[in-house]
Amino acid sequence: MSLLSRNIFRALVQGSQHVSKGVHTTAVNNDKNQTKEGRIKCTLIPGDGVGPELVYSVQEVFKAANIPVQFESFFFSEVNPTLSAPLEDVVNSITRNKICIKGILATPDFSHTGELQTLNMKLRNALDLYANVVHVKSLPNVKCRHNDVDCIIIREQTEGEYSALEHESVPGVVECLKIITAAKSERIAKFAFDYAVKMGRKKVTAVHKANIMKLGDGLFLRSCEEIAKLYPRIQFEKMIVDNCTMQMVSNPNQFDVMVTPNLYGNIVDNLASGLVGGAGVVAGASYSAECAVFEQGARHIFSGAVGKNIANPTAMLLCSANLLAHVNLHSYSKMIKNAINKVLKDGKVRTKDLGGQSTTLDFTHAVIHSLV
Amino acid sequence: MAVRLLSRLVLPEIRGTVYSSSAAAPATLSDFDVQHKTPVIRKQQSIPKAQYGGRHAVSMLPGGGIGPECMSYVRDIFNYIGAPVDFEVVDIDPNVDNDDDVQYAITTIKRNGVGIKGNIETKSEAAYVTSRNVALRNELDMYAYVLNCKSYPGVSTRHKDIDIVIIRQNTEGEYAMLEHESVRGVIESMKVVTASNSERVARFAFEYAKRNGRKKVTTVHKANIMKISDGLFLETSRRLAKEYPDIEHNDMIIDNCCMQLVARPHQFDVMLMTNLYGSIVSNVVCGILGGAGLLSGRNYGDNYAVFEPGTRNTGTAIAGKNIANPIAMINASVDMLEHLGHRYHADLLRNAVNRTINVDRILTSDCGGTASSTDVVNAIKENANLIANKLHLG
Repeated sequence: MSLLSRNIFRALVQGSQHVSKGVHTTAVNNDKNQTKEGRIKCTLIPGDGVGPELVYSVQEVFKAANIPVQFESFFFSEVNPTLSAPLEDVVNSITRNKICIKGILATPDFSHTGELQTLNMKLRNALDLYANVVHVKSLPNVKCRHNDVDCIIIREQTEGEYSALEHESVPGVVECLKIITAAKSERIAKFAFDYAVKMGRKKVTAVHKANIMKLGDGLFLRSCEEIAKLYPRIQFEKMIVDNCTMQMVSNPNQFDVMVTPNLYGNIVDNLASGLVGGAGVVAGASYSAECAVFEQGARHIFSGAVGKNIANPTAMLLCSANLLAHVNLHSYSKMIKNAINKVLKDGKVRTKDLGGQSTTLDFTHAVIHSLV
Repeated sequence: MAVRLLSRLVLPEIRGTVYSSSAAAPATLSDFDVQHKTPVIRKQQSIPKAQYGGRHAVSMLPGGGIGPECMSYVRDIFNYIGAPVDFEVVDIDPNVDNDDDVQYAITTIKRNGVGIKGNIETKSEAAYVTSRNVALRNELDMYAYVLNCKSYPGVSTRHKDIDIVIIRQNTEGEYAMLEHESVRGVIESMKVVTASNSERVARFAFEYAKRNGRKKVTTVHKANIMKISDGLFLETSRRLAKEYPDIEHNDMIIDNCCMQLVARPHQFDVMLMTNLYGSIVSNVVCGILGGAGLLSGRNYGDNYAVFEPGTRNTGTAIAGKNIANPIAMINASVDMLEHLGHRYHADLLRNAVNRTINVDRILTSDCGGTASSTDVVNAIKENANLIANKLHLG
């Protein structure tokens, strides 16, 4: 009896697997992950500038690889407020899906409404996306002054100089407040150390300017030191931001994981991105406790290239690969990363920023052809 | 636990009224969140929680014996079902005499807030090296141990349909590790019972009973012999029982309790006891239900939670032979997912385990089956796949 029931059950198991394979399985990959959660939902914000072109490239690759991710797309823009989806809708969607892939949002230089917060900042604050992670890594066959750069820059992005607290006390005198709190400093330091543990890194460098801003950056530094005590097996060091930028361009290999307050992080992110090939090849991500938003590491909208089909989609594709790893679809993630590496290594298809003449679409198609 | 911890926030005089409504704790908070949001009596360094982008970091202490292989099954299954947990593995070398590794393990649990552990061996018998399992519990102040004993219909045992929860004081009593030789040939071992710890664990037991819809709490003791120490424990639980009029309370002497357990186990619901009795009774119940390989235990403190197999045996003899029962460790990981608030994955895995044991009857030899450890793990994965598909397609 038990033998019979077991066999019937087995048959059912196999039958249902066939059914599910018909729904989700791909020709290129037989990762069983895909059948277990159905399709994973992900919020998609194309952004401004070349964002939509890059996002299209990601969607093409996902389609070709038959990746079980379903996008929920929102047009979200500060420079085009009439068409933009309301902030609440976007926030609700990301809160529900827990993951989001996002192009860059353009920010006007001067505010017309007198509002000091940018849309980017509003989104970050609404979701409490406090930690920005940029993994700066030399790519194969991308010629740069330095090779083998491999550092992770972690930036606090909800306070500091970005608090949007500015006022003109008397005409001609403007004060801009930089806020540093112990709670948020400890939180970002803990994030940095935990990230270092997760990635098997050895060293965390705190970047600061506590020699000038003794109280503000001093608090940040003290919080980092406090948290560092919990990680006896990870080396902790500190570096002043001006020295750090110099070291970064002259000897970038000394850095492992870096943790920075808001503005310094922004500067160091962009500097480091420049070292390995520019805004088009560096992926980043922002984390809150609950959700993760994957976006380019250096935030440039590249408006000069809009519609010209010349932007480099590497960064966005790497973001999407990181997103897949985040939701445990490791085999798909590896597949995309390997494909990108292969295309770069072959060096036949290069976009303009890497010294080639190929278009965004050419590159995308080359990646699709390299998917195995 | 939510209500228990929240209750500390309010003044003692209005406690009674607050307890009457369990809505005091928002339903959406997981136990993990509650531990991180609530100020507690003992001064602890507040450490930001290790939850990033919806993924939790958890310390994993494989320990000795079958621990490492069971942990690799857990990681395998978590990867397969896509559970949003990142493990930080800390190995403790059993042959080293100093406590560096253990201290480091404790630090990682403090950082992450949550741990899952096998049994850690203490090979050294030198008096100055304390038992590492005990050190871990004491340092993290995990005063309550919960063992959920529920029969699996698929495992044939003498008694069916047992459903008992054992709650054990975890940090004091006979495990105070205070022994000395007063005069040559006379050794005294101290058993420490404090009012504060007794009250904490009794409160925990009644709150647990209340939140989980249990009807009865039985305090197990030996107050007829140890009139003052066990007497204090008993008195405390009797006093707290008055605050919970809906829950029946009785007490039982440990020797009688053991006899009743093997003869008529169905009379028990929630059982509350001191440290050593808890150790004995949980092993008795595990034996009744089908051995050391099935049940999982939970250690709770105010800030931390550590999950482990229910009986603390290393299983060195069967290590590496692919015959160890992985269910206990997998159940511990289910408890962990539940604690972290990942309901979907916890339910999925629990159903898959139940189905593997009760429907498919794929069991290792200790439960009367013939399957190897990896057979069981693969069956659980297959079942998880099946259940998930049903959820999404049907």
